[in-house]
Amino acid sequence: MSRIQTIFDKLKQHRRKALIPFFTAGDPVPSLTVPLLHALVEAGADIIELGVPFSDPMADGLTIQRASERALKHGVSLHDVLDMVASFRTKNVSTPIVLMGYGNPIEAMGWERFAKRCAEVGVDGVLTVDFPPEESHEAFAHLEKHGIDPIFLLAPTSTDARVERVAKQAHGYVYYVSLKGVTGAGHLDLSEIERKMPQLKKHITLPIGVGFGIRDEATALAVAKLCDGVVVGSRIVQEIENSTEQNVVANVSKLVKELRQAVDQA
Amino acid sequence: MYNYPDSTGHFGPYGGIYVAETLMSALDELKQAYEKYRHDPEFIAELNYDLKHYVGRPSPIYHAKRWSQQLGGAQIFLKREDLNHTGAHKVNNTVGQALLARRMGKPRVIAETGAGQHGVATATVAARYGMECVVYMGSEDVQRQAQNVYRMKLLGATVVPVESGSKTLKDALNEAMRDWVTNIENTFYIIGTVAGPHPYPMMVRDFNAIVSKECVVQMPELAGRQPDAVIACVGGGSNAMGVFYSYIDMPGVKLIGVEAGGRGIGSGQHAAPLTTNSAVGVLHGNRTYLMQDENGQIIETHSISAGLDYPGVGPEHSWLKDSGRAEYVAINDDEALRAFHDLCHLEGIIPALESSHALAHAAKIAPGMGKDKVLLVNLSGRGDKDMATVARASGITF
Repeated sequence: MSRIQTIFDKLKQHRRKALIPFFTAGDPVPSLTVPLLHALVEAGADIIELGVPFSDPMADGLTIQRASERALKHGVSLHDVLDMVASFRTKNVSTPIVLMGYGNPIEAMGWERFAKRCAEVGVDGVLTVDFPPEESHEAFAHLEKHGIDPIFLLAPTSTDARVERVAKQAHGYVYYVSLKGVTGAGHLDLSEIERKMPQLKKHITLPIGVGFGIRDEATALAVAKLCDGVVVGSRIVQEIENSTEQNVVANVSKLVKELRQAVDQA
Repeated sequence: MYNYPDSTGHFGPYGGIYVAETLMSALDELKQAYEKYRHDPEFIAELNYDLKHYVGRPSPIYHAKRWSQQLGGAQIFLKREDLNHTGAHKVNNTVGQALLARRMGKPRVIAETGAGQHGVATATVAARYGMECVVYMGSEDVQRQAQNVYRMKLLGATVVPVESGSKTLKDALNEAMRDWVTNIENTFYIIGTVAGPHPYPMMVRDFNAIVSKECVVQMPELAGRQPDAVIACVGGGSNAMGVFYSYIDMPGVKLIGVEAGGRGIGSGQHAAPLTTNSAVGVLHGNRTYLMQDENGQIIETHSISAGLDYPGVGPEHSWLKDSGRAEYVAINDDEALRAFHDLCHLEGIIPALESSHALAHAAKIAPGMGKDKVLLVNLSGRGDKDMATVARASGITF
């Protein structure tokens, strides 16, 4: 059984919801990525979405774009990110890691080589924002061959037919983008999530994580009540941006602990 | 019969719909609307009326006799897209997309712009049809093209300088996409070039194809026959697709796309992904040749002309290159400037720096051809917007 499935099964037994933090590998500096990963686990993360920096992150807001720019300034490549996961795995064999980013760095490496390396270093899932089901069939076949879960996005505007299609192709969990906009936007619409969830659950048997617009304990709790997992990205990246290299691990830890407590009230 | 893209928006292996799920429904809606209206007689009549009476079509073809004579070879003919309302080919497409937006009930249009020509063309039609207009422009380009920025503001548009990334066209495109995904219900994104996710590359090409449709009729009238070669500059490649399109099925007509060689191909500072055989990748919604580093990060490009300063290229050009139907070459900044000055002096036409790249290539190959040979260059825009850039290159300050 995959790490992602194991963790969701365990959470279900305990009637808990998954907390899924995101940050960009190499931000603020490459040497802090592995310490941050461990700190997130200690603070209560169930799964970690690790961003692969890209020069043109079209679907992200400026907060995550700046994180990409900081990482790229340090020359962080997809190879480096995979090495970071390998290093993380020497001390942690249970927390799933999902790489999240855009397709082009993977295209440049080659999907087969990438998928093989993911399996070697212990990556569990891959989410490429700009590869919808229409374009990802061939690419994701390489992931599945090596036992890596392709994670798909769904949105408020996704039609029934699209939900059904994603239900057929997705593995691990499905990431529901809770608002129309880019990451880091402010206007979370809880009633929209509540309205959409039955449509999603009609087709999707996998766990559903919800992200975009979750900024604090209140929104984390409210969203946790409606789904299986809560994804928090820009808020964490913002914390990294506002910290120094000395206190960033402690600050992020504190934030994620608070979010954990909130999610556990659901 | 040339028949691309396929129903899924692919030109061979290129093109496609590489966007986040959040945009898929909007692209579906657009695809359906375009399919419906492209053959709708009322829509076509409305478009043709505005192209004739508002844009000033058909644009003439002009035989540049003095310049041809001085070069001493092939006869050079210029398709005068610079004479369109707003001064470039860009308006052919913005009229089409704005009319489509209106039919789709979208009161707000957004656009990205590099040189500012597409921004001006969008602001113009937004004013004409009473739509709200927001134009995204890299802050570097805002400085380089201050006059066009003012022009857009005069037309009632809001110009948003984009400070992220390399602060040029590609970053403006990123920002426009972000706006679109946020305001998807009431907003129509008017993309200015033959790139982006399907159906944009096809739709922008179709709206610009009027250029070659006219040429096919005008060339026999003026030159007695079709040209031996059609030459156009390629940034994203919209004016080139426009002037190539009706000639694709005429194998006797050579198609030549001219990319920005910047400070020279060897310098690495250029915007010529096709000429340099850059790796194929995915950016801005489509698969195409892309200027990128070995890790798949998009690299910064350079060209003296803001309109060619783009790391990718429309997917149809990638396909025309691979299929061998079109040939792609690069012209450096200084070669483009030389052609710019020659056309000013010898023909009394001030061309855009973008179009000057196509002119420079014509000047390069014409002397080696017989006097009975015919070259057709798409003079895609006028150069008024480039006064400051050309003056600076000549060491002149106003």
